[in-house]
Amino acid sequence: MTSRRFFLKSSGLALVSFGMVPRVFARAAAAAQGAARKKTLVVAFQRGACDGLNTVIPYGESAYRSLRPTIAVPAPRGGGRDAALDLDGFFGLHPALEPLLPLWQQKSLAVVHAVGSPDATRSHFDAQDYMESGTPGVKSTDDGWMNRCLRTPDPAATPFRGVSMTPTLPRALAGGAPAVAMASLQQFGLRGGGDTVAARSFEDMYGAAVKDVVHGTGQETFEAIDFLKKADPMRYRPAAGVEYRGRYGDALKQVAQLIKADVGVELVFTEIGGWDHHAAEGGVQGQLANRLRELGDALGAFGRDLGDRMQDVVLVTMTEFGRTARENGNRGTDHGHASVSFVLGGGVRGGAVRGRWPGLAPGQLYEGRDLALTTDFRDLLGEVLVRHLGVRDLARVFPGYAAVPSRFPGVLPA
Amino acid sequence: MGRGDDKGEESGGGDGPGSADVQKSPRANVRNVTILRGPGPARRELNAGTPPPVQSHMSTQHTRPFGQRAAGALLSLALTLPAGAAPTATAPAAEDVKIVHALNRLGFGPRPGDVEAVRRLGLSRWIDQQLHPERIDDHALDARLLSLRTLQLDSSALLARYDLPREAKREIQKKRAEMEAQTPPGMEGDDETRKAAYRRELMQKYRGQLDGPPRQVVAELQEAKLLRAIYSERQLDEVLVDFWMNHFNVFAGKGPVKFMVGQYERDAIRPHAWGRFEDLLKASARSPAMLFYLDNWLSADPDAQAARGQGRFGRRRARFGAAGPQRPEEGRQKGRKRGLNENYAREIMELHTLGVDGGYTQKDVTEVARCFTGWTIKGLGQDHPEFTFDERLHDRGDKVVLGHVIKGGGQGEGDAVIHLLATAPATARFVSYKLARRFVADEPPRELVDRAAETFRRTQGDIREVVKAIVTAPEFYAPATLSAKVKTPFEFVASAARAASAEVSDAGELSRRLATMGMPLYMQQPPTGYKDTAEAWVSTSGLLARLNLALDLAAGRVNGVSINATALGEAGLSPDGVARRLLPTGLSEATRKTLQSEAAGAPSVKLAGLILGSPEFQRR
Repeated sequence: MTSRRFFLKSSGLALVSFGMVPRVFARAAAAAQGAARKKTLVVAFQRGACDGLNTVIPYGESAYRSLRPTIAVPAPRGGGRDAALDLDGFFGLHPALEPLLPLWQQKSLAVVHAVGSPDATRSHFDAQDYMESGTPGVKSTDDGWMNRCLRTPDPAATPFRGVSMTPTLPRALAGGAPAVAMASLQQFGLRGGGDTVAARSFEDMYGAAVKDVVHGTGQETFEAIDFLKKADPMRYRPAAGVEYRGRYGDALKQVAQLIKADVGVELVFTEIGGWDHHAAEGGVQGQLANRLRELGDALGAFGRDLGDRMQDVVLVTMTEFGRTARENGNRGTDHGHASVSFVLGGGVRGGAVRGRWPGLAPGQLYEGRDLALTTDFRDLLGEVLVRHLGVRDLARVFPGYAAVPSRFPGVLPA
Repeated sequence: MGRGDDKGEESGGGDGPGSADVQKSPRANVRNVTILRGPGPARRELNAGTPPPVQSHMSTQHTRPFGQRAAGALLSLALTLPAGAAPTATAPAAEDVKIVHALNRLGFGPRPGDVEAVRRLGLSRWIDQQLHPERIDDHALDARLLSLRTLQLDSSALLARYDLPREAKREIQKKRAEMEAQTPPGMEGDDETRKAAYRRELMQKYRGQLDGPPRQVVAELQEAKLLRAIYSERQLDEVLVDFWMNHFNVFAGKGPVKFMVGQYERDAIRPHAWGRFEDLLKASARSPAMLFYLDNWLSADPDAQAARGQGRFGRRRARFGAAGPQRPEEGRQKGRKRGLNENYAREIMELHTLGVDGGYTQKDVTEVARCFTGWTIKGLGQDHPEFTFDERLHDRGDKVVLGHVIKGGGQGEGDAVIHLLATAPATARFVSYKLARRFVADEPPRELVDRAAETFRRTQGDIREVVKAIVTAPEFYAPATLSAKVKTPFEFVASAARAASAEVSDAGELSRRLATMGMPLYMQQPPTGYKDTAEAWVSTSGLLARLNLALDLAAGRVNGVSINATALGEAGLSPDGVARRLLPTGLSEATRKTLQSEAAGAPSVKLAGLILGSPEFQRR
């Protein structure tokens, strides 16, 4: 395992090669570039394997109801909340995701169905690991795909180029490039009322030229604190009428603040758990509905809050795998294969379900039990990285995989 | 690693009198011996004969006024220091380095005086004691736990006295359904606030019927776990129980698990932590907490009679969320079948025994699940949860698991699977690997793991023997192993409290802080438990939380925790002096320089906060 990051204070050039430049350079560079607005990708990782089939319901599929006698979400009936909300005559949205409907209608929300990882594992642990490392099937990968994106040098890079709104750094952002994990903006700093001795002492201790993960993290921490203090993202309130609810809502609210404060966030990781519905998943009501409600509220608020700035933002939901097409008799489902992703953003080709629908007839199911995969998650992420963030070398982000435009699901204009 | 350029382990002060191998070096002198020795009046003399329990002196540590000890320390300092001389920073003795390492790996870190006590007893004798915790008296810890009433209660009592009564739950469900029916679309936000208000109202109403709120149960478990880590003399026992609770993780936030996890730890894990692995596995498999957490209690042969949602059986399941509120059409469906639930079958192989690469297939998962149908809980609805094998749920056919035929035969099939898994070579390797990762390094040396696995196989899974093989291995003290591991938040909090001789009258705040560091005790949702490697815990936010806790702890700003300032160091004690109390092997050159330049003349309390937040203190 490589030592995670080095901080070579000696050579500015060396810093540039790691994408990390002293603030004075960054400001100068940014000034030179003019106010080119930063593009941001926000990942919303649904941990626990979200059931795509009850999230975006293929109600037009005759097998759907017979596979799920008690937990199927009924086909749309006149816009009622006790059934799917029609999207395109074949697919419907779970009613708990109602806040997403306006985004769909405005065409800033796209859906990709039957997307996921080609690896056959049904282990949460492994599947999440593969999806975050970006190398399904390969366990020896040290770092995450988001961190590898950060390794392409950016002269205007700030300490917040890679951010995770979590108490610990996720696999996806682990690696040689610096990234900041923060449980909350509020708590991100040394408390103790302006204790400068402590601040200076710690900064000094961790600044020692020791190449280990503890020191490296310390250095990133102090750079980030300093930067954040100057940028002061917490002064940005949500837009009028926008209310964020729940823990996940709170996380996205802070992401919005960071974006508005122009701190240079490029790759953001957020997560929302609790999707492992082996029992009591339910249909219109149930555990899944409760989680979708929190997710939908948060995504809806995020989109409304950023307003015009959504032009520069793409948010992608993803989950480690989907769930069995057939319900399991505990009003739940077991681990499956492909699932569904939402893609939100001002520049998104929304209002359509992208990807190829494989069907739910017995011969069409993966291993006779799960929704089959037709879009590799790396094709979806690859498209967003290339067309939204301008990443040029996808092969470095997804080693061992040739993500080609012909396989992009078409969520962004070419 | 994190100790910069300490001048090697060979030079340095000699050991105390009576030690066979006093090391002489050009700089060895009496001053160093005194600093390393424990304080005067309370010094722990250990009889030369049979090794008495080390704790008899250590536990009185907490009741003796610290001022006395500090005075004693000053006295010995004064007697031996040549006039006007200041203690220099010299490297600790080689033996002390090993002792500190052992205290950090087999326990939650040294308290002031621990190093001396272990040195006098002899390191291998101390390790041997720790390997037999039943020989160590822990009455001081027991006294501390007395005030946590719920710890004494079993699941039944907890459910009876701390769980909302049935009527309350029914009321909540009814009200919830009403609210959802009435709420117009888009108004769900108000709905949530109304629901929260209603819940509060309900709690008030039923408060009188309960001995305490439901959340008290988990809160006390969390506090107890912290108190044990900080104060138990059976340090290795606590480390090992923590290891197994993580290995056989359950999530207290899932339904009634919160009322069953205490008994799980007490009756399934703790008594088997040192015995045969198969017994531990079986105890875990049969525990209501695990059966509920991984859904096996619901698992049934789809064709079995009682699988149909009829009668009392179906209604009981319905109450615990298995069915959820039924819509009219569903209720009318006759013979709705329950089915096989693979959750436990997968995790018992992937996480508890063989490991994800242990060579099982999806088919094996299904077959194992079939074997375990019928392993369920009875009495949950009557507040008397216990394991039962329900024939009516069981799949009676023959199964093939990992190439072995298991003939249909009731409960014995599950036992056969347990035996098969416990004795599989892959299990010996996986469990040994995990133990080695906990005790030795994030990537433990291959030969060490192999030897431990061999011990596992040879002794048929005798955990004590395997642990002993690991902690007495030559690799255990290898330079690459020293300070190689980064403390998890739990280890950090416990070691900080120990190093600072903290007096914890209420561990609630500490436990809340652990949650914000990403490690809420008993509340890890995925069955994988908490990660055991550095990468998982060293992040900007994790580090900040530690720095803040270090400063708050030393300054007495953590509720329920008090630090005696004189315990940390008498006025005028140099950073080095304070450091040696908290970090017996001393600071790195870099940290020492920082403290001298930035914090010269700062009070010991201040220095302590900085040392507890230092890079060195994050490691073990």
